Amino acid sequence: MGHLGTDVLGAVFNLNHPAHTVDWSFIHLSVANVVVIGLMFIVFFLAILLPFPGASRRRGGAS
Amino acid sequence: MSSVAPDPPAAHAPAKSWTVKVREAGVAALPPEKLLPDGQPTYVASWIYMFGVASIASLITIIGSGFILALKGPAWWHYTGIGHFFNSIHLWSVELFFFVMVVHLWGKYWMAAWRGGRTRVWITGAIVFLVAVPTALTGYVSQQNFDAQWISTQAKDAMNSVGAGAFFNLTNFGQMYSWHILLLPVAVVLLVSVHVLLVRKHGVVPPFELEQRKAALAATPAGNGASGGADGAGKS
Repeated sequence: MGHLGTDVLGAVFNLNHPAHTVDWSFIHLSVANVVVIGLMFIVFFLAILLPFPGASRRRGGAS
Repeated sequence: MSSVAPDPPAAHAPAKSWTVKVREAGVAALPPEKLLPDGQPTYVASWIYMFGVASIASLITIIGSGFILALKGPAWWHYTGIGHFFNSIHLWSVELFFFVMVVHLWGKYWMAAWRGGRTRVWITGAIVFLVAVPTALTGYVSQQNFDAQWISTQAKDAMNSVGAGAFFNLTNFGQMYSWHILLLPVAVVLLVSVHVLLVRKHGVVPPFELEQRKAALAATPAGNGASGGADGAGKS
């Protein structure tokens, strides 16, 4: 990645600080990990809810 | 007087060699139509069933990029543009691997995927997950940078606290690198191979609803099990 790319990314994501964390009782998570866990939940529910292309045709219309 | 008639050939049949025994056992356990099937049951047409193969795709990317990193070495992956690129491919394919593997695990947990004689499928999958964690950890401490030093000096205390530090030293680059590029990847690939073969043997676990419908059909005298599309997916 060239200097321009790193400069632009650096402007968007300022990493020059200690990590932000979420603390609740003994639970101590970085915000980055919380975001990933949240994304996993979202993808999990979307995978269950979204129709699969051609699924109803394969089932002969009776799902 | 005529000579004694020879024994029937069956009586003199040579003992089966180990290769024949292994072949026969292999074909009996996994006949070709099960090992490489033409298709999958209709219920597999769902996004939630895609995360197992997504895990395998990520693993192939990890191994491919890892081969290139191992060939070129730390100076290449730290100081060249193409080295940074493959380093990033390796890192992000690992991130993706764990992401889709966790979603795969959640999906299979809520399907109770150990049903129908699939206990070993579930157990091998769980062990793959557990072995993948130290595989990633040894990768982080093999980077040859300050990040690796920080992680290794933090994580060594965890190893020492459980008595593993004497033979698994996170600050020993040579040892960690060997674990990362040979021992643990071989274990992961072998376990994934066994996991996939067991899935082929037992079939993809059907949804709960479909199992109940099959049981109801089997219970009725006229039930022929034609509907439901669960061919080849039940317990075998």
